[in-house]
Amino acid sequence: MSEHRIELTVNGRRHQALVDARTSLGEFLRDGLGYTGTHLACEHGVCGACTVMVDGRAMRSCLMLAVQADGGEITTVEGLAEPDGTLHPVQQAMRDNFGLQCGFCTPGVVITLAALTADGARPGTEEMEAAMSGHICRCTGYQGIRRAIRQLAGANQGEAA
Amino acid sequence: MNVLIPGAHRYVGERTPRKEDARLLTGRGQFVDDIRLPGMLHCAFARSPVARGRITAIDTAAALEIPGVHGIYTQADFADVPIKVMNFFFGPIEAPVTILADGRVSCVGDPVAMVIAESRALAEDAASLIEIAVDEEDPVITLADARAGPPVHPGKDNNISQEMGEEIGEELQAILDGAAHKVTRSFRHQRIAQSPMETRGCVATCDGAEEMTIWIGCQSPHLVARWVSLAFELPETAIRVFAKDVGGGFGLKNFPWKEEIAVIAGARLFGRPLKWIEDRFESLTASSHAREQEATLTIAFDEAGKIVAGYCDYSSNNGAWPMGEDCNVAVHMFMWPAYKMPVYGFITRGWYSNTMGLGGYRGPWAMESLIRERVLDDAAREIGIDPIEIRRKNLVYKPDQPHTTTFGIEVDDISPGECLEKLLENFDVVAFRKEQAEARKHGRYLGLGIATYVEPTAAAGQMAPMTGELATVRIEPTGKVTATLGTHSQGHGTATTMAQVIAERLGVPYEDVTVFEGDSALGGFGPGAAGSRQAVIAGGASWTASEMLAEKVKKIAAHLYNANPEAITISGGIVHIEGAPEMSRSLKDIAEIAYGEPARLPEGLPPGLEAQYRYQPPPFTFTSAAHACVVEIDADTGFVKILRWLSSEDCGTVINPGVVEGQIAGGLAQGIGQVLLEDMPYDARGNPLAATFKDYLMPTISDIPDFEYIHANTPSKTTGGMRGVGEGGAIIGPPTLVNAIVDALEPFGDIEINLPFTPAKILDVIEGRDVSGSGH
Repeated sequence: MSEHRIELTVNGRRHQALVDARTSLGEFLRDGLGYTGTHLACEHGVCGACTVMVDGRAMRSCLMLAVQADGGEITTVEGLAEPDGTLHPVQQAMRDNFGLQCGFCTPGVVITLAALTADGARPGTEEMEAAMSGHICRCTGYQGIRRAIRQLAGANQGEAA
Repeated sequence: MNVLIPGAHRYVGERTPRKEDARLLTGRGQFVDDIRLPGMLHCAFARSPVARGRITAIDTAAALEIPGVHGIYTQADFADVPIKVMNFFFGPIEAPVTILADGRVSCVGDPVAMVIAESRALAEDAASLIEIAVDEEDPVITLADARAGPPVHPGKDNNISQEMGEEIGEELQAILDGAAHKVTRSFRHQRIAQSPMETRGCVATCDGAEEMTIWIGCQSPHLVARWVSLAFELPETAIRVFAKDVGGGFGLKNFPWKEEIAVIAGARLFGRPLKWIEDRFESLTASSHAREQEATLTIAFDEAGKIVAGYCDYSSNNGAWPMGEDCNVAVHMFMWPAYKMPVYGFITRGWYSNTMGLGGYRGPWAMESLIRERVLDDAAREIGIDPIEIRRKNLVYKPDQPHTTTFGIEVDDISPGECLEKLLENFDVVAFRKEQAEARKHGRYLGLGIATYVEPTAAAGQMAPMTGELATVRIEPTGKVTATLGTHSQGHGTATTMAQVIAERLGVPYEDVTVFEGDSALGGFGPGAAGSRQAVIAGGASWTASEMLAEKVKKIAAHLYNANPEAITISGGIVHIEGAPEMSRSLKDIAEIAYGEPARLPEGLPPGLEAQYRYQPPPFTFTSAAHACVVEIDADTGFVKILRWLSSEDCGTVINPGVVEGQIAGGLAQGIGQVLLEDMPYDARGNPLAATFKDYLMPTISDIPDFEYIHANTPSKTTGGMRGVGEGGAIIGPPTLVNAIVDALEPFGDIEINLPFTPAKILDVIEGRDVSGSGH
């Protein structure tokens, strides 16, 4: 086993650590840095629960090694709300629409939608729903997630108008 | 102080945002893998690679050489641990369940050894180095194998784990044979992996001689505490179980099973906190499974299509170590309460096999609705009447009640017929039939499926774990309200719905109520999420406890302000006195006196502001529903697209429509998964063939349509009038969709009901060929 020193930024905070080469980014965020909001649910890249943003892009943290994130800027679900607690628009849309039940898949869902809508991007419902096809939710039948997507798309249209 | 007295706020029935969401949306939930304790070590299991045989050697030497591996336990190490493994009802398991394999393995994935190491990765490394030598025997895999093959458990006469009912008698056979119409169909429901998004997991620590603290993915910390105390013969008072957030249970996590028991026993033996988090491969192949049932149902009808009699032969493949060795008699018990069935006979059997054992799953008796609703549709076609007509002729409507079923169950407030009528008010069947006929001319195949059912919910008072619920509601000295409950949410939102009930009945803002649950030290015994019961029973307990507390506040206020208790109301957290708005006081003012100045209270009234109530509801509270769905089948690909889905359900008083609809939708999605996608097959040597989510197809957003809800609610006889709604979607989803698919395929012919309906099976019907291999 080889250990590597890495430096990365998580939710605006700088971290450095020694990690095993085989440690996944998801495992490192959870066990190494304590960002337990990221959930590992299948660990083979299908369910999407572990999705985090790496340099602005939604990535499956179970399929990426921690060493690959060296120098990267990571955003986890803990890093989306405003410092005063105001929810990110995606989080608020999920809450408004009963988009979650047990909440285990939720961090990945929220990150994917947040990545799609970041920097003023205005994805439509189809684009967001297509992205959601990479997430598995066992509780909700996706009803509230779909309503949240429509709310986000509507809000986007509203801003565009 | 000049306060207008507003009308009491009706929180019950409001689509109130969930209390749980703020933490879960921001990554602040607390799931079992989020727990880390000083000195905690990690566990992994070495499992049987074969389905059946005698263990000849377990070689742990190479595994133990890895630095950081602290120990490896086999059953020999647990031999002296007194353990009495029980089922959900705290009853004995007949096939003696040991923590780890005891000399024999009985299914692929049977846990044989537990590694204890400094990290999960090291524990897994070590587990992979343990060599398990087995003198392999030919396994018993299918129900047919189980009927003909050698006993899975040596010493037993056969593979029947439980049998009830009897083979059909001459008298019933004569009625069936003599009827104007007799329809018989056979069904096979595939094996399901429950697949909660959070796999099973457990952290256990032994604090002192008897004290244990356990964090576990479960459905009731109280039930786990009671189960562990009985299983390990420990005083329950010394065991504390936490489960703040659990990522889905669905029946799988009702009580601890082999691996969790091993972690708890291991923590006691090893003297360090231990953690085990199941991985997805284990979750799919080695967590208890569900379903795998076969049934043949015959229903006989008179000329006009009224049911005369019925008989059902049912079997379930329980696997080697089922969490319940039963024969699912509930299938027969709950097949007919919604219908007028004069004479019904059945035989029902559970069978052992060398597959992973079955555990609980949402709507465990759901097979009854699938087979009944399908045979009714086939019968309608044979008799030449509409599927809706055959239901109207046989359903129990309000004027037919009270109605006693063949099982002696009396129903007097069900509404399946009324739900069906309400459904049909919202769906134009005539227009659909026209559209369907027109579409067929253009090679488009639409189908309509309708199904009705009733669901027994909130069972209480007849089975050991199925009790009432305790609510303790307290107005704190700050005037804010806390409640401690034995409820548990694996997504159910009980902290929300119970707070709605409390806020309304007490007269305080919803924002001022906090519900604490998820800890066996809070509230009192209850089985949590099991049998669609929490809104009904804990709702009733919260309802009454809040009203008792409101009465106390009124007594105190009346005494303090020299008013008639009748003149006092509480709303918005303010105590109002009729006709004296200047005398209004906040609950904080009253609470400060109740706690801090007991001398000012009415004589004999205890200080403080709290009330506690344990609610015992009726033995059953029935929920009724009728659903419809429309599908289109692509004749080129065999792909089923669901175009529309309507739910018309009567779940009594709805506390929160968002939560109720969420329960229905989640169950329907699981039902859709069962009909179209999910399958846990075994090969002939007993190897489970779905090892990842690329093999085990979970429904995704593109598989699930928008659901439309028609709330046709009549309050039940319980306090508050709620009816359970947790399992209904999973029960009625499969027959509704199956009926729609069969309807769409009508131009091509019959489809064997052998789930899931993969595109290949549907193309078999469309192309008129048999490539299924089942030789139908």
